[in-house]
Amino acid sequence: MGMLIKNGRIVDPGNMDCISDILIENGKIKDIAPGIPETAAEKVIDASGKIIVPGLIDMHVHFREPGQEYKETIESGCQAAARGGFTAVCTMPNTDPVNDNAQVTKFILEKAKQANGVKVYPVAAISRGLEGKTLCEYGELKQAGAIALSDDGRPVISSQLMRRALEYANGFGLPIISHCEDIDLAGNGAMNEGETATRMGLPGIPNAVESIMVIRDIALSELTGIPVHIAHVSTAESVHAIRDAKKRGIPVTAETAPHYFTLTEKAVENYNTNAKMNPPLRTEQDRQAVRNGLADGTIDVIATDHAPHHVLEKEVEFDKAANGIVGLETSLPLGLKLVEEGVLTMAGLIEKMSINPARILGLERGIKVGNAADITVIDPDAVWTVNKDEFLSVSRNTPFHGWEVRGKAVLMIVDGSSHEC
Amino acid sequence: MYFSKKDILDMESLSVEEISLILDTADRMKEISQRPVKKVPTLRGQTIVLFFYEPSTRTRTSFDIAAKRLSADSISISASGSSIVKGETLIDTARNLEAMNADIIVMRHSSSGAPHLLAPLVRSSIINAGDGTHAHPSQALLDMMTVREKKGGLKGLRVAIIGDIAHSRVARSNITGFKKMGADIIAAGPPTMMPKGIESLGTEVTHNIDHAVDGADVIMMLRIQKERQKNYTLSTEREYARFYGLNKKRLENAKKDVLIMHPGPINRGIEISHDLADGSHSVILDQVTNGVAVRMALLYLVVGGGKNGDAD
Ligand SMILES: [Zn+2]
Repeated sequence: MGMLIKNGRIVDPGNMDCISDILIENGKIKDIAPGIPETAAEKVIDASGKIIVPGLIDMHVHFREPGQEYKETIESGCQAAARGGFTAVCTMPNTDPVNDNAQVTKFILEKAKQANGVKVYPVAAISRGLEGKTLCEYGELKQAGAIALSDDGRPVISSQLMRRALEYANGFGLPIISHCEDIDLAGNGAMNEGETATRMGLPGIPNAVESIMVIRDIALSELTGIPVHIAHVSTAESVHAIRDAKKRGIPVTAETAPHYFTLTEKAVENYNTNAKMNPPLRTEQDRQAVRNGLADGTIDVIATDHAPHHVLEKEVEFDKAANGIVGLETSLPLGLKLVEEGVLTMAGLIEKMSINPARILGLERGIKVGNAADITVIDPDAVWTVNKDEFLSVSRNTPFHGWEVRGKAVLMIVDGSSHEC
Repeated sequence: MYFSKKDILDMESLSVEEISLILDTADRMKEISQRPVKKVPTLRGQTIVLFFYEPSTRTRTSFDIAAKRLSADSISISASGSSIVKGETLIDTARNLEAMNADIIVMRHSSSGAPHLLAPLVRSSIINAGDGTHAHPSQALLDMMTVREKKGGLKGLRVAIIGDIAHSRVARSNITGFKKMGADIIAAGPPTMMPKGIESLGTEVTHNIDHAVDGADVIMMLRIQKERQKNYTLSTEREYARFYGLNKKRLENAKKDVLIMHPGPINRGIEISHDLADGSHSVILDQVTNGVAVRMALLYLVVGGGKNGDAD
């Protein structure tokens, strides 16, 4: 005897958008139909007025275990994920030690097993120690449970190594996620280059720092015919390059993060380190380009780049402050704002936050009879105020504290087990 | 008018009235420095900490003399002699200084915004003595005082600021300050030394120094950091001196009574030719003298000295 969710609006992009009931048994979806009798399950959930979607996936998070558990552990990260409505997350490999070998991958999966059921998919390193010098053992990493490869946090500087990584990884069916940054051009930049940085006397990071590498990776994808996924797109030039590449049939995909379609560089005024990140917040023109890229499908995925840092690493001089913000607990309402503003449809948003990441990572997803019951239930009308002190993440570094937002995950179900958000 | 600011952080946050009050107060402070006994009891019992995270003998000495002429107790703390090198955060250090009952913390720091980080967290007044490439308000104020003294006012003057604008807090504060007081500014330097969007501070921009000098009432030369060659912002010092340095020939198109300024220390023969640095147009030493007066005024005003409107 399982669980019955009644009268919710099921939004499963490309499959259905209707009010219906869902019956779950043995961790799988047993039936989808209107009017399933309440006697069919031991637990009945009334979802009237709620939206039921395939479980959200955040394909870009930094949980700091192993190595920096004072910022986040796999367990606390999973709790923050569940609170935000995510049934699955991909953890980036820049831990300490780096996830560049099967032992670390297995350790992460072991820790995840002891957490709350949120599915953790480790992303392993492209190069050993993220040093950009030698390939990791992709075959072993895949067997240990790695789902993708990335040197995130650092660019792969050698084009030769990047080419070989694409080719070698493709042989094991592992996608590559690229952190695009020309670090020589970035120099000691601390925020977006431009008028605001000049006024504040801070060294700037120009847009080309990102797009130069985006364009290189597109060229390598074209050369090899192998897909490449671009992480955290922040500039208009990157969006243009990706749109153009897709038109030419190059298998490139891309993600952006809620802060890039919500905020601009103005958020760092007054030396606000809680808005310091890499890539940096850009101009209004870039923000609009990112939104257009989401609207027309150039950008496939919304991921958070959830980057927890201790307050001691943020309450310092701006140029010395750590890069990054936490994102798991604010991503969904910021995404729903795009729906409210007409940038995306509800189905479009769910594509970016669930269907497309699953497709890129080669995961099964969707509300279909026989599929695993990975489901997120959203109350689209809940109005609430972001309060960093109530975060389940260990860290508090957010520029959204005090924002009034609309929409919230209220329930998430992983393999049939439900958790309130 | 009363001076109600607790901190002096940058020129942006000072109003025209506040700037005028500081300059008027500095004029009266200068008189004290010309007396045989150069000392008044005004700030007796006040503790002033000169917290210099980045070395600067000139600015520190100037603030130190200013504090002593007002009879305050001043102590100097530098980064190498403090617990910063042992891993203490800037905020910890500032709270410790405050716990020693510092009334004013004069701070110099290599990070832009460092004094802005501390100001809301401590009761002590913070005076920014230079932060990263952001602001150097006391330098801008002493420059304004010097020009006002020589020209009788600032309104309508044509001020050329020449050199490495991108890395200069002096340039940013002077552009903002002089502009606020009604002067016209033109910034000049090679494109590699011109930061994006500097026009938004209210300055014209040129890469041609002759154009900048043309009709100028004031020429401010900035110091070149020789190590900038590593960032490819200049080719050779020789070429810099030839295309961006100030020399007699170049000066011919400026106003006859043009003032030549430099925040020091000068790279002689690079930014300014030897003869001009010591010539009749140069007010470089007046800047140093006025620096003490302006800093006396700032120390006096932030502790509420403006309230009785009397400097001694
Ligand atoms: Zn990254």
